[in-house]
Amino acid sequence: MQKIMNEKVESPKHALFEYCLRIGDTSLILGQRLSEWCGHAPVLEEDIAMSNIALDLIGQSRIILTYAGQVEGKGRSEDALAYFRDARQFRNLLMVEQPNGDFAMTITRQFLVSVFNFHLYTELSKSKDETIAAFAAKSLKEVAYHVRHSNDWMLRLGDGTAESHRRAQDAINDLWYFVDDMFQSDAVDEMLLKEGIAADLEKVRQQWELMVTGTITKATLKLPVANNLLRMGSRQGNHTEHLGYILAEMQSLPRSYPDAVW
Amino acid sequence: MTESENHNSQWKLWEVFTQKKSGMPHEHAGSVRAADAEMALLNARDVYSRRNEAVNIWVVPAELIVASTPEDMGPFFDPANDKIYRNPNFYKTPEGIKMI
Repeated sequence: MQKIMNEKVESPKHALFEYCLRIGDTSLILGQRLSEWCGHAPVLEEDIAMSNIALDLIGQSRIILTYAGQVEGKGRSEDALAYFRDARQFRNLLMVEQPNGDFAMTITRQFLVSVFNFHLYTELSKSKDETIAAFAAKSLKEVAYHVRHSNDWMLRLGDGTAESHRRAQDAINDLWYFVDDMFQSDAVDEMLLKEGIAADLEKVRQQWELMVTGTITKATLKLPVANNLLRMGSRQGNHTEHLGYILAEMQSLPRSYPDAVW
Repeated sequence: MTESENHNSQWKLWEVFTQKKSGMPHEHAGSVRAADAEMALLNARDVYSRRNEAVNIWVVPAELIVASTPEDMGPFFDPANDKIYRNPNFYKTPEGIKMI
């Protein structure tokens, strides 16, 4: 696995702050993306399902971003972190900021990330950081459902009609560019792994591959061939062009009316 | 499913029954559309138990439910009001017996 140098790990506290942002921002941006489907899904039942999952994800991000603010110790709340940072300060996986595309694209993205979160949180529920362990254990129930939902749809789309199969395969091929970014390990991971706080991404990857390969094969789909065009950079805040548009929409209200309340 | 089987191109209708607590009866909650049983179960969970309203869910293809008709009203349901011994409150419950 390729390791990258992160010159900015100043202290264990800073590492923990960064680590929380990775988890919290990934849930936040995926939740925001999914919520775009609200009122647009193919059937009412699926509209509700995707909105439910979006709400689960936003709820998860609230917990861990609140904790990130506490760890940082500069008085930033979950809202301050969600609404008053720019794209370069976001640490979400590149995968989750990719556009919804068609239904197959949304489901495939959801599947790949839900399986990742499932194994990540399984590891993190054993973390020596009590807040992270409790967060992971609580979120795991929700994520298990997200996996079931998206896994079910992967099988339907892949092993469905010729068109659904083609769309699912296209989605896998397009999203595969962002798979390595999920497992990129850096100095933050290393520091926290030594302390028993972070998850071993190598281990998460093995389990992720096992489950993803199983479903893709069962769905009569194919794993993309390895290529060297993989995009990475979420750890440093180097995002694809899509994140800026998501933030523009998500942050416009609190930035226009900073003290607005419900 | 072919067009001839499904003229309105909608998925099959399923009736949903939810159980609020273990040991309680399943009650009719509503209906969902789904292509098969697993999807019906997931959809029912999302539509009728979003906030932990149920501990168990049954989904039944609506077409498999056999219902009485409104014309049955009289002879089918007319209770034996003149035979009071058919009603449980005809019988005295001994003191101290609970949970009957």
